[in-house]
Amino acid sequence: MTESALKETPLHALHVALGARMVEFAGYAMPVQYPTGILTEHLHTRAAAGLFDVSHMGQIRLTGENVAGALETLVPGDIKGLGVGRQRYTLFTNDEAGILDDLMVTNAGDHLFVVVNAGCKHEDLAHLQARLDGRVTIEAQFDRALLALQGPAAAEVLLRLAPGIAGQGFMTGRAVEVDGVPCFVTRSGYTGEDGFEIAIPADAATQVAQRLLGEPEVKPIGLGARDSLRLEAGLCLYGHDIDTTTTPIEAGLNWVIGKRRRAEGGYPGAAVVADQLANGTRRRRVGILPEGRQPAREGTPLTDAAGNPVGTITSGGFGPSFGGPVAMGYVETAHSKDGTALQAVVRGQPRPATVAAMPFVPHRYFRP
Amino acid sequence: MSAIKFTEDHEWIRVEGDVGTVGITDFAQNQLGDVVFVELPAVGRRVTKGGDAAVVESVKAASEVYAPVTGEVIEINQAIVDEPAKVNAEPMAGAWFFKVRLANPSELDGMMDEAGYAAFVDGQH
Repeated sequence: MTESALKETPLHALHVALGARMVEFAGYAMPVQYPTGILTEHLHTRAAAGLFDVSHMGQIRLTGENVAGALETLVPGDIKGLGVGRQRYTLFTNDEAGILDDLMVTNAGDHLFVVVNAGCKHEDLAHLQARLDGRVTIEAQFDRALLALQGPAAAEVLLRLAPGIAGQGFMTGRAVEVDGVPCFVTRSGYTGEDGFEIAIPADAATQVAQRLLGEPEVKPIGLGARDSLRLEAGLCLYGHDIDTTTTPIEAGLNWVIGKRRRAEGGYPGAAVVADQLANGTRRRRVGILPEGRQPAREGTPLTDAAGNPVGTITSGGFGPSFGGPVAMGYVETAHSKDGTALQAVVRGQPRPATVAAMPFVPHRYFRP
Repeated sequence: MSAIKFTEDHEWIRVEGDVGTVGITDFAQNQLGDVVFVELPAVGRRVTKGGDAAVVESVKAASEVYAPVTGEVIEINQAIVDEPAKVNAEPMAGAWFFKVRLANPSELDGMMDEAGYAAFVDGQH
């Protein structure tokens, strides 16, 4: 794809002015890093606060009578039980229980506010239209901007611009003004840190981003550090760690399937999920710690100690806060216990690696 | 008298007598970003012009370092294995990768000099 064919987010000019290195991601020109580099950006986010442009992600509003019940026909999460202002992570599944996308759903009172992955948003929208049309009003807001403010100082910083977030808990959403601009703010993110995602009209996004960047704790953070942060936090990246060939149970996302949904089913692939919950799966997503300093990246084959293939790494790299290489991947269930000794075959060389619990860096979510 | 030459893969080689010192350029380290891991060839290994010689990994990606010339590796720079960030800090000096005894010094003839490499990098933007 040529650069001119790439879509731009409302913050494009700001990224360029900040000296970002722009790369293609999901059809958008996105900042992979700013001049300070991924390592510094990553560590800054865990130490203070980082501002991410995630406007490429898809925002969708769902309205209608029994909209929660309608959405439940497509996801295994408990949406009907989601109280006003509450947010939940869930999955679109297919009839084989493969994962079509992962998403965040917030009960905004008069509608459900849904955020989906950039690379899937058009398919997700078509999926919603095909399956829910007539029952639910589906309003794609793909031109709106989305900012993520993440890190231990995020709440203190945002409170200065948005008094309305005072006391807001983790995994909740509120319609509040940020710097005088009407926004929808959720306390959530993709870094393992406390933080917020701010859905904002496109024409006000640069103003608010600049106000946030003007606060002493805040630095702009690119997609490079977003990836290393979420990997340390043990969070899945769609298209890599989860996709249509993996089920929620194989992915270790059993917790996304609500208790009532386990009993009732009623979502695509429910029978497969029920079977896997009862009888287990052949493989499992696990954390992997390569020994030494060398990262083991996506696609790296995993073997047992004797050299027999047992799986593959789906995300891997260097964890700046962890201080060494970290990875996740799928292994045969017999080899999925924490502490199991494996080998990661990096450029043809088997290197020792161990199955390890995630997250690699403890989550620091805000729980009032 | 030493001469420095450059490859299109962004390695440099500084030659004194029949020994070449090899590293990656400032442009290369900048493109890679923060270097977190370096793997160097064993001393005594024969490397081939254009063939794999070392590996350098940043937070973002892994990248091969190719041998600019054919020859035997006679020394490696353990300092960049112990402290990979040196590759970002001083790519053209202290963060050299390995020294190679040139098997065929005429291999240098077709390579870019400093001015030629600067023009080549400009053309990459």
